[in-house]
Order: sequence, then C-alpha cells, then structure tokens
Amino acid sequence: MKANITGPATRDTDLERSQLEAELAETWKTPSGLWAALATVDHKIIGRRYILTAFVFLALGGILAALMRIQLAQPEARLIGPDRYNQIFTMHGANMMFLFAVPVMEAMAVYLVPLMLGTRNIAFPRLNAFSYWIYLAGGTLLWLSFALDMAPDVGWFAYVPLSGPQYGAGKRADIWAQMITFTELSALAVAVELVVTIFKQRAPGMTLDRIPVFVWAMLVTAFLVIMAMPAIMVASTSLILDRLVGTHFYNPAEGGDVLLWQHLFWFFGHPEVYIIFLPAAGMVSTMIEPFARRPAFGYLALVMALIATGILSFGLWVHHMFVAGLPRLGNSFFTASSMAIAIPAGVQVFCWIATLWDGKPVFATPLLFIIGFIVTFVIGGLTGVMVASVPFDTQVHDTYFVVAHFHYVLIGGAVFPLLGAVHYWFPKITGRMMSETLGKWSFWLIFVGFNLTFFPMHILGLQGMPRRIYTYQPDMPWHGINLFVSLSAIILVAGFLIFFLNAIRSARSGSVADDNPWAAPTLEWATPSPPPSYNFARVPVVSGSHPLWDCSDGLAVANGLRTDRRELVVTSLVAAEPQAREASPRNSIWPLWAAIATTVMLIWSIFSPWAVVWGSIPISITLIGWFWPKSIPEDES
Amino acid sequence: MRRATRLAWVVTPAVLLAGCDGWQSALDAHGTSAVSLKQLIILIVAVCSVVWMLVMIALIMALWRNRRERPLPVTPQPSTQRRMTATVIAAVAATTVVISGFTIMSFFATRALGIGGNDELTIKVRGLQWWWSVEYFGARSEERFETANEIHIPVGRNVRFKLEGLDVIHSFWVPSLAGKQDLVPGRANELIIRAEKPGIYRGQCAEFCGMQHAHMAFLVIAESPDEFDKWINAQRQPAVQPSEEELAGGQRTFLEKPCAACHTVRGTAASGTTGPDLTHVGSRKYIAAGLFETTRGSLAAWIADPQTIKPGNNMPMVPLTPEELRAVSAYLASLK
Amino acid sequence: MRIATLLTGLAIAVAGCQREERQLRLDPPIAEALDKVALMPNGISGAPPNVYFALEKPYETNAYNLSQGKRLYSWFGCKTCHGNGEGGIGPAFLDGWWYYGPDMVSIFASIRDGRPHGMPAYRDKMTTDQIWQLAGYVQTIGSYAGKTAAPSRSDEKHTRPAENRAPAKIQFDQGPTPLHPDQGPTP
Repeated sequence: MKANITGPATRDTDLERSQLEAELAETWKTPSGLWAALATVDHKIIGRRYILTAFVFLALGGILAALMRIQLAQPEARLIGPDRYNQIFTMHGANMMFLFAVPVMEAMAVYLVPLMLGTRNIAFPRLNAFSYWIYLAGGTLLWLSFALDMAPDVGWFAYVPLSGPQYGAGKRADIWAQMITFTELSALAVAVELVVTIFKQRAPGMTLDRIPVFVWAMLVTAFLVIMAMPAIMVASTSLILDRLVGTHFYNPAEGGDVLLWQHLFWFFGHPEVYIIFLPAAGMVSTMIEPFARRPAFGYLALVMALIATGILSFGLWVHHMFVAGLPRLGNSFFTASSMAIAIPAGVQVFCWIATLWDGKPVFATPLLFIIGFIVTFVIGGLTGVMVASVPFDTQVHDTYFVVAHFHYVLIGGAVFPLLGAVHYWFPKITGRMMSETLGKWSFWLIFVGFNLTFFPMHILGLQGMPRRIYTYQPDMPWHGINLFVSLSAIILVAGFLIFFLNAIRSARSGSVADDNPWAAPTLEWATPSPPPSYNFARVPVVSGSHPLWDCSDGLAVANGLRTDRRELVVTSLVAAEPQAREASPRNSIWPLWAAIATTVMLIWSIFSPWAVVWGSIPISITLIGWFWPKSIPEDES
Repeated sequence: MRRATRLAWVVTPAVLLAGCDGWQSALDAHGTSAVSLKQLIILIVAVCSVVWMLVMIALIMALWRNRRERPLPVTPQPSTQRRMTATVIAAVAATTVVISGFTIMSFFATRALGIGGNDELTIKVRGLQWWWSVEYFGARSEERFETANEIHIPVGRNVRFKLEGLDVIHSFWVPSLAGKQDLVPGRANELIIRAEKPGIYRGQCAEFCGMQHAHMAFLVIAESPDEFDKWINAQRQPAVQPSEEELAGGQRTFLEKPCAACHTVRGTAASGTTGPDLTHVGSRKYIAAGLFETTRGSLAAWIADPQTIKPGNNMPMVPLTPEELRAVSAYLASLK
Repeated sequence: MRIATLLTGLAIAVAGCQREERQLRLDPPIAEALDKVALMPNGISGAPPNVYFALEKPYETNAYNLSQGKRLYSWFGCKTCHGNGEGGIGPAFLDGWWYYGPDMVSIFASIRDGRPHGMPAYRDKMTTDQIWQLAGYVQTIGSYAGKTAAPSRSDEKHTRPAENRAPAKIQFDQGPTPLHPDQGPTP
C-alpha cells in the first residue's frame, strides 16, 4: 500500500534512500554546540535529558531513604535531629513523587510515544523543551533549599495547619508549594503534547484499536494529569495566599476549613498514584509481547481496564481521610469505590498471566522485572484492598503498614516495570545493549532486597509503629525488625548501584544493538538504534496492531512529505486517515528564556505577591518572541 | 520507705512490659473495638493471602509450561483464546465476589464501632505540640480537673473521648484498645473506647504534627471501677504541701523560677496553662509525653536540659543551680 | 539555565539562609552572655552583647525565632494588656511609637526588667532565650520597614492585618488626630 499525498516539489517521493536521509537529516538536525543544545526541540534529546534528570533525582532520593534507614536502625539514635529528619522524609516523598516518578513516566513517553506512533516529533515540541527546563528549575529549587537547611519539613502532603502561616515558620512550606507549581506546569505541558500527539499524529492506518497499550496508558495518564493537577494547583496557590497575603482558606477561626486542604490535596493525590502506575502497567502490557512471544491477551480488556482505573481514581480520594472524622456513611461509599478499583487491576494481572500461559517466555532481564512486578504488585494491591476498608484502616492508617503498602505499589508496581523498560528500550535509546549478567544480578538483588526491606514494615505497622517518626524509644518492641529492615536495605541499595553501573557502562561500551534486538512488534523498532533525528525516513503505514510481526516482508510506507522543512502527517482521530501535512516547529531558544522568566517569577513570588505582576512582564516578552508569526504556512491539507 | 516506692516505680513497668509483648499493638487487643478489629484484620489478611497464593500458582504454572520452546511469535489459537477468556472472566468474577464481601464486612464493622452505651464516662483530650492535655468532669464544676499524658479509665465501661486539636492536627491512637481518630482544629471528633481487661496501654500520636511527633505518647490505664474511683478522687485533691525542708525549697524554686509561668500545681500559686498540669505529676508513670519513667533522676535530667532530650519542644532550658535542680525534682517527684 | 538557577539560588541563600536554621538549644554560657546587655543609665537604648552580633542577630532575622516569639506573646499573656498590638491597658505596638526606643535592647530590657506604670518584669518567668525571641517578635509588630523574615498571621480571629504584610506605619490608622502628639516626634 502506498498512500500518496500530492503537492508541490521537494518531496520525498522520487528520492533515493541515501539522498532522502541526507536531506531529512539536514532539515531535522540539532547542530552541535551548547547554544544549539539549549535550543533543540527534538523529542528524543529532550526525552533523554528528562529521563537522565529523573534518574539523578531517584539516586538523590535513594540517598535520603538510606539516611532514614540508618537513623531508624536503632532506638533513640542521635545521627539526625528531628528538624533535619522531617526535612529528609519530606524531601524523600516530594522528590520521589514529583521529581522522579511522574516525570520519569512522562519522560519515557516523550521519548517513545512519537516513535511508537511512527511520527517525526511530538506535538508542540517547543512546549516540550519549556516543560523540561521548568522541571529542572523546580527540582533545583527544592534541592538547593535542602542544601541551605531550608527545605520543606511538613511532609509531602503538607497538611495545614502545620504547613499554614502559624505553624510553618519561614519559607519552607512556600518552597514546597512553589515546587508543586513547577512540576504541575511541566506535567501539564507534557500531558497536552501527548494527547495531541496520540490523537492526531499516528501513522496512517493506526486506528484506535491498533495503538500499543503503552500509548493507551499514556493517553489515559495524560487525561488524569489534565484533570487532577488543577486541584493541587488550587490547593497550593491558596496555601501560598494564606501564608503570604493573609487570606483565610484554611483558617477555621475565620470560616476557613482545615479539611478543605485534605480534600483538595487527595483529589489530586490519589489520581497521582495512577498517574505513576498506569504508564507502568502500559509498559508491562507492551513489553510482555516480545518476551512471551505472543500478542498480549485481551487488548480490549487491557485498554478498558486502563480507562476504568483512570475514571475510578477520581472517586476514592476520601480513603486517605478515613480517620479525620467524616460521616460514616460517606466513608463506606469510598470503601466500596476503593475496593472496586481492584477489579480493573485484577483484569490486567489476569490478562498478563494468560499471555505468559499461552506464550513461550524468554527469560531476559525485562521479563524478570515483569515477573517481579506481578509478584510484588499483587501484594501491594491486596494491602490496598485492606486499607480501603474503614475499620481496618483505623488501625493501620499513618503507620508503617501504609509505608509498606505504598512502597509495594510504587516500587513493585511502577519502579520494577520502569527498570525493565530501561533494559528493554536502552538499545533503542543508546544503540547499545545493557549487560544481561549485570541486569540479572541487579534484578535479584533489588527483588530480594526490596521484599526483605518492605515486607517486615507491615508487621511494624500492626505492632503500632507510626509513620514519620524520627526515632522510637528502646522500650518499644520495634528495634529488632527495624534493624533487620535497615540491613536489608543494603541489599536493595546494592541492586540499584549495579543497575546504575550497568547503565553507565553499557552506554559507553555495551555491545552494539541492531534495529530490533528483541524481535519486538511495535513501530519504534522499525527505525535504526538510536533513531535518526527525523525518526523515520519514510512515514510507516500500519495495517495491524503488531506492525513488525504482521508484515515480516517489510513495512509499507507513505510518501509525499517535503524534505526541505519539518513536516509530519496529521491523521484523523479514530481511523488515522491522512488529513494534512503539518509543519513542525524548528529549534528555538525562546522556550529556555520563557522558562527562565517563569522561574524568576515563581521563586520571587515566594517572597512577594507583587512578583506575579512585575514578573509577568518578562514572561510576556519571551512568549512574544516564542510565538512571533512565521512566514511559512502552518499546514497544508 | 521512699526507696521502696522508687524501686516499685522502676520494677512495675518492667514487669508489665515483660507481661505483654506489644503494649501498643493492634495485634494485642484488649478493647472491645480493638478485639473486633483484630478479628477483621486477621480474616481479611487470611483471605488476601489465599488470593495471592492462587495468583502466584497461576503465574508459576504459566511460566513453567512452555519454558523450553523458543519459536517465532505465536499466533493465538481461537480455541485457546476462548478457554483463556472464560478463565479470566471467572477470575475477575471471583475478585468481585471477594471485594464485595470485604466491603459488606467493613460496612457492618464500621457501624458496630460507632455504637455507644448509656453509662458513659466523658473525657476531653486535647492534642498540643507535643503532649496531651486530659480533662475529667464531675457532677459539680469543682470536680473538674486536668491532667496530662496519662488517662485512667474504668474497665468494662464505655468511655467517650471528646477530641480537640488545639494547634495542628494530631491523631489519638491506642492500638490495643481501638482504632485511631484525628484531632482536627475546628472540628469536634469523638471516639468511644471500652477496655475489657485491666492493664496499661500505650498510645501515640499518629498524624505528623511537627518536630517532636515521635515523642508524643500517652498511657491509658484501665483499672477496676473501685481503683478508678480511688484514683479520680485522689486527682481531684490539690497538691500535697511539702513536709520536708528540701521539698519546701523545691516548691519555692518552682514558684519563683519560670516553671510556674507555664505549669499549674493546684493548691499553689502556680497556674500557667501553657505546659502540662503538674498537680499530681509524681503519680504518673511517665513524664515528657511517654519519654521517661517518672523518677527524681529522670525529672532532674529533663528539667536540666529538655532541648537535648526532646529537641524543639516548648520547654525552655531554665538555668538552675545544682541544689535548686535537686530540690525541684524532689518536689515534683513528691507530688503523688 | 543551570547558571541562572544557581544565581537565583545564591540570591535566596544570601537573603535567607540563616533565617531558616533552627537553633533549638542555646548553650548556657551563651544564654548567660546574651543576658548582659549594656543599657544607658536611663534604661533606654544601649548595646547588645557582642555574642548577639557573633550569632548574626538571630532574634531579628530568623523566622523560627520570630514565630516562637509570637507563641510566647500569647502564652505569657501579653495580649491582656497590649491586645494584638493595638494596645489596651498597655501601650500599642502597631503605631510604631516606642516609649523606650525601637531597638532590640530596649525592648529586651522592658520585658526582662519591667517598666513603670504597670509593665511587670519577666526576669523570673522566662529564660533569656525566650525574652529575646519575644522581643524580636514585638519589634516586628511596630517595625518601620519590611524585614527579610517575619512571623505570619495566626489561625484565629483577626483584628488587624498580618505582621508579614507591610511595615506597620502603613497599616496603622491614626484616626483624625495623632495618638501621642505630646510625647515626642513620630519616628
């Protein structure tokens, strides 16, 4: 099948392969040099930066976790004082949620989604660049404040009144709230790009039921981000207003409400968990195919489960507030909805097991991480069902039981698939394979270390150990298990060290990977590893849900795009029929200037409300530069 | 005589500790609601463990079946596909049944927890950074009194705790007696507890409340109604007047130094309300919100340097001479 | 970008690094040294001890100390006479008019030693550390210029704008006539 889109000259139709590639490379290239690197809008370069930065934050957050484990290894330890410890656990939570987990999933999508969809760049690539700079600025703000001993110390949830004006002295809570604004901005930007890319830039023929499940997961996630982030935006903004301007949103004496904060925060905070988990589930559904050597069982069920999880995730925020004294009947409703989310999760688990059952499993490192994921995530899901029950929760809420539960969900449910995904897509991103030996070592160390570290915490919780305590007294029966947990954490740390070592070593000197080392079915493997700046020399045309398996005799391609400017194909929403040739923006330094101006305004506004007024002037100037009208037409039908 | 009592204070908690492994444990339940919660917890955990094992068996079998074959991608066979669809649907249906069961169970368990009785004792508990103020009432207003960090309750009687957060959010939790309930500023929360067995149960703040969240514990002491009446009558009395010269000196220091500005000792001029009421501090098992057993030595250590022992708490380090320190701690230890 | 962020960070550091450090325990010798303020013979103004400068004036620039001072203000019953700064039985702070001068030493001495016409001495009721904290807070109520650190409003009914809003003299509504026309120049 050849879909010709007719039009004027400088098209790729009649060009030889080598000449075509040379022309496309010239059009899409990111020149060398610092300035060009700062101005690039290539989704692969930005995605790589995003992933690397997120893993740096993972390592930093891991160091904090290790510090906490050293402090808790013995009762009444004096290594870290309460003030610093509170900063450390707040930083750990905020860093892992806002600077690692959410961004790394979006970063993987920024890199992979355009490749999986067979397009040449993400939609709104300049916004993409802006999003990365804002994310970097937010992370730097938080870690600088930690270095200066003024990091937030109010927990990653920052409950008022503790974070409010009266009890949150200084600027610590403001820094937390403003860091939220940074990550909101960057996450929202990426979410919008992903929705548009997925809806409008799919390869011709990739109808909605032929999209890889990972892309579906990112689509649902992007909608979750778009709908959940406004709640935390309202919450953090009103907190800053309370603290800086003297409003009374959370002051009960003046008609405010303390619980309003919790409602707003968890209305965002619970979908947040699924913003992290759904991409991971999508990765599993996508990665399981090449390793089970079989298409994933129940495509429709998997996609429906993703969508159902997304919708349900907005209906269960109150289960974080079961002991806050809300009406009992209301609590019971949220018990039911929280339990119900186990159904779509179960559907996915059963489909994955069925896929493995009927497949011929190849036990490479990514599959090991998938198996580890199923083992631990099912535990996390079941403890989730436990804490969804109101009476059960009254005993374990805010104890180490909950700490164990959400680490099973977040590490078992999201980090395991992510590590598998890094091993899986590493050859595509770097052109080199990761070492299988080191990969298996890191898997087993992480898997064993993780379970030994976190499983005993369930028992600690039932034995009455509350969360967020910087120490405990010698007469409590917790020190044995705590010491065991701290020692087990060494195994976990060793596993992560090997993983990082493996990644760094393989990026320099791993064996060279060919285009499709796993014999995988999705489109990103139809282009060289690493992909050229234009992704695909000729835009692929898809006729099934597993393009590289369905047509083993070579992929059909579409012609007719211009090579002298950045063009990509815009297709229709459902059937993915070609609609237009769209010009994709060229490299620009303005997103960086806009990000700097925004950063200045946001940090300044921690100190003075007037920053919003005066700081918006440079932002407007940079935005004018960014959107200055171009002389060339935007698109042609 | 005094040495004997001192010895008793050291020995008693040790014996009690040895007696119960977790005196702050949801699994060591001695309250009506804690017992039913423990049953619920065990039941749910058991069912979930079975579910997990079934899933693991399915996973292992799935991985074991075709582990030696390495062919090209499989094309699903319609008959296998049908069988697998049926199995997955059955598994999802089973999941639904299990979680529906859990939902119904927890609905009824929740309702059962909320039911109170007629013969109730009401106690007001206020959470502050980082200690607990406890207020008892009586038939007449002068029977009202305040104490701190130690709550006595009669066994076998419903006790209604009125919970009030005075600064930030705290959470009142005695795992051996009942589930937790937050103390939220601006809201009136309640919790009903009934102890079924005499004993000492430790509780701790379960909502992060700032720097010393880790050291915000309290004791609930359940005792027979007779002993409880004896205790409450003793607590209603003003503090004993010092009989010995050293104790009188301690009282003088207490009243002249900053101590009295924050603490109340009923029967003296000390009437500060910022810190815990110390009228009968010597009768309490622990000081500083569950940090130390009450002895002259621990009182002296605490007064001498509270910021090293519990950094960030609101008790300042008051400069005292060694004699003053000895006298004040002796005086406080004598306030039985 | 990194350089810009770094510069911004440095700016924050300069503006506020020490105001966030929480000095929870004052060594007894330092506390004793802090008690030795050199007052002028009339009990107004003077020099704080050298250790106060060595510590970089923690009671004026550290947000935690100011917040603690604010808590002490209500715990020690200052409101009984001075209200929320608007005065009552005792003089107001909000008007920015100080009988004994606006410097920390004078305020410290007023609290520690008391003043004529009803201000009691808190020497035996508070520690030196606490008196400095309270003095720092009281000074912010009536300060003439915005500071780098400020306590914020409390969660209670409000009778006036929060301390962190702006210098006091802007907020204080003097009414038709100046409050103390006969008692010296308005600073």
